[in-house]
Amino acid sequence: MKALVSVKRVVDYNVRIQVKPDGSGVATDGVKMSMNPFDEIAMEEAVRLKEKGVVSEIVAVTVGSAKCVETLRTALAFGADRAIHVVEEGEVQPLVAAKALVAVCGKENPDLFLLGKQAIDDDANQTGQMVAALLDRPQATFASKVEIAGTKATVTREVDAGLQTIEIDLPAVITVDLRLNEPRYLKLPDIMKAKRKPVENTTLGDLGVQAAGGLKIVKTASPAARSKGVMVKTVDELIAGLKNKGLL
Amino acid sequence: MQMTHEHEQIAETTRKFVAEQINPHLKDWERDGMWPAHEVLRAMGKLGLLGIAKPESVGGLGLDYSYQVAFAEALGTCDSGGLPMAIGVQTDMATPALANFGSAELQQEYLAPAIAGEMVAAIGVSEPGAGSDVAGIKTTARRVGDEYVISGSKLWITNGTQADWVCLLANTGNDTSGHGNKSLIVVPLDAKGVDRHQKLDKLGQRASDTAMIFLDEVRVPARNLIGEEGKGFIYQMQQFQHERLFLSASIVAAMERVIKDTATYTGQRKAFGKPLLDNQVVHFRLSELYTELEALRALIYRATDDVVAGKDATLLCSMAKLKSARLARELTDACLQYWGGQGFMWESSVAQFYRDLRLHSIGGGADEVMLEIISKRLGFVGKRRTY
Ligand SMILES: Cc1cc2nc3c(=O)[nH]c(=O)nc-3n(C[C@H](O)[C@H](O)[C@H](O)COP(=O)(O)OP(=O)(O)OC[C@H]3O[C@@H](n4cnc5c(N)ncnc54)[C@H](O)[C@@H]3O)c2cc1C
Repeated sequence: MKALVSVKRVVDYNVRIQVKPDGSGVATDGVKMSMNPFDEIAMEEAVRLKEKGVVSEIVAVTVGSAKCVETLRTALAFGADRAIHVVEEGEVQPLVAAKALVAVCGKENPDLFLLGKQAIDDDANQTGQMVAALLDRPQATFASKVEIAGTKATVTREVDAGLQTIEIDLPAVITVDLRLNEPRYLKLPDIMKAKRKPVENTTLGDLGVQAAGGLKIVKTASPAARSKGVMVKTVDELIAGLKNKGLL
Repeated sequence: MQMTHEHEQIAETTRKFVAEQINPHLKDWERDGMWPAHEVLRAMGKLGLLGIAKPESVGGLGLDYSYQVAFAEALGTCDSGGLPMAIGVQTDMATPALANFGSAELQQEYLAPAIAGEMVAAIGVSEPGAGSDVAGIKTTARRVGDEYVISGSKLWITNGTQADWVCLLANTGNDTSGHGNKSLIVVPLDAKGVDRHQKLDKLGQRASDTAMIFLDEVRVPARNLIGEEGKGFIYQMQQFQHERLFLSASIVAAMERVIKDTATYTGQRKAFGKPLLDNQVVHFRLSELYTELEALRALIYRATDDVVAGKDATLLCSMAKLKSARLARELTDACLQYWGGQGFMWESSVAQFYRDLRLHSIGGGADEVMLEIISKRLGFVGKRRTY
């Protein structure tokens, strides 16, 4: 069974995000970049499935600038066997990414396509769903448990009301949630081995995908600064305070 | 020194390990005056962190020393100073000579398990009567048949209460004052005649255990000799270069953190109607210290480049050791001042590093010893005097 895992390079979750002064986006110059944490979870799941003997090959894929090859190297250190880099220096919107990933699926024919449920940069939470729709294959989003048996996957999903368990036919698209697993530490020998694993380069053009997306970013702004909190000593004081603000 | 993706990933794994497996326990270990060396090192060994620049034949990664410097810097994200130093003993103080000059057999017996994290190592040079003056050690190792019989005592031995073996410097010749009569010998610490019950009470670095070790007619196989008899002093001087560069790199992150913590604290603490940080004397001082820290980092990287290129890096390693130790004292003292009473509290991060980093001007060769080496290398004094 072949698993495809898509990984995205994003600003590291520890970095305090700064909006560019002209509001055109978020500053990334000299900022630490890492693999999207949800994609790490997807990678981890694929590697665990491989260790269990369910998956035999893991292919990592990314769509983005030349620098994203580092994110692919991280995926290879996790345990991907090889990687595909769809090189695109410009902005990549969810639908463009989805179309590129669908084109890669067309070549690779994976049985399982694992993605993070969203990327922590723009939090769009769309790519996995779009891929499934474009492929016309089943999808299971927000997975917190994945079990594969034969040509079916049983997936527990985190939904507002609690947990929902569904069974889907493979090939399928699964987007993973935070509680699915805890990604491993990258071992140093694996980090060095990753350097020698193959990375195949392609472009949106090669894949027949248009680079332009349908969305236009009008403005990026920082959230309003939080006003200073007040410490209250008693419940009565808290209730009075809330009433004062018209919240009760 | 060029930070590649692989350097960054090694640092990342290290930082993650520190954040998840070390920092949550440090308060307890500081209080107990003890860290579970076997447990921590075993976990680090599994990740491949203990043999980055060691040969692949003993389970290392065989990478150049720049990767080790990336590791040392990342270790500096520990919430206190004891652990980076104690781990450094395992990777850069007790093992370089064994890796460079030990027989294959001796390496398999002691180095491979140290890299795997199965054995804890210590370095035994200093003695009650000789610290800076390494040549003045009194411990003797007499060759009797196939064995060395060792007697003497070693003081301030890091990891000493729990290490499995110590890389010991001893006199193997009759002349006890010279340089050519010393040898490095691997001594298993469960050997008969070893007493190391005395754990020492320290000003700082309290999570790291430090011991006095007595050796009374301890017998070890002659094959435990590292390299050649009589070359121990030279081997140890070379081994010191790794130790000193490691120590320098391992405290950069701590100093950076102290500056940032101080900016955060003084940015929030108000006096006379404005944050303390708004006083020019405070933010100028912090900026100046940060500038010095970056200059130190550049010096460390230059020394690393020389080590990687196989050049004699003694001058730059000594300078890095001196500057890092001096800056650590200046920086933690200056920052502590701006915290006021809160800085004097045991639990504050600035007090932690004020205590812990104080060691660096003493351990691994005191500042004055570095200055002596630097003066000689620059030709100001000694045999190579050129002025
Ligand atoms: C926490 C801790 C851990 C340690 N771990 C180890 C370990 O694992 N293994 C080990 O072998 N040792 C270890 N040491 C010992 C350490 O290396 C020595 O303390 C250090 O080398 C200084 O030696 P000393 O204490 O004997 O000082 P001394 O040699 O007595 O010197 C005292 C002071 O005199 C000054 N001085 C010395 N020489 C000169 C000079 N030529 N010119 C001018 N001034 C001079 C310096 O300021 C020096 O600090 C450790 C020490 C500590 C405190």
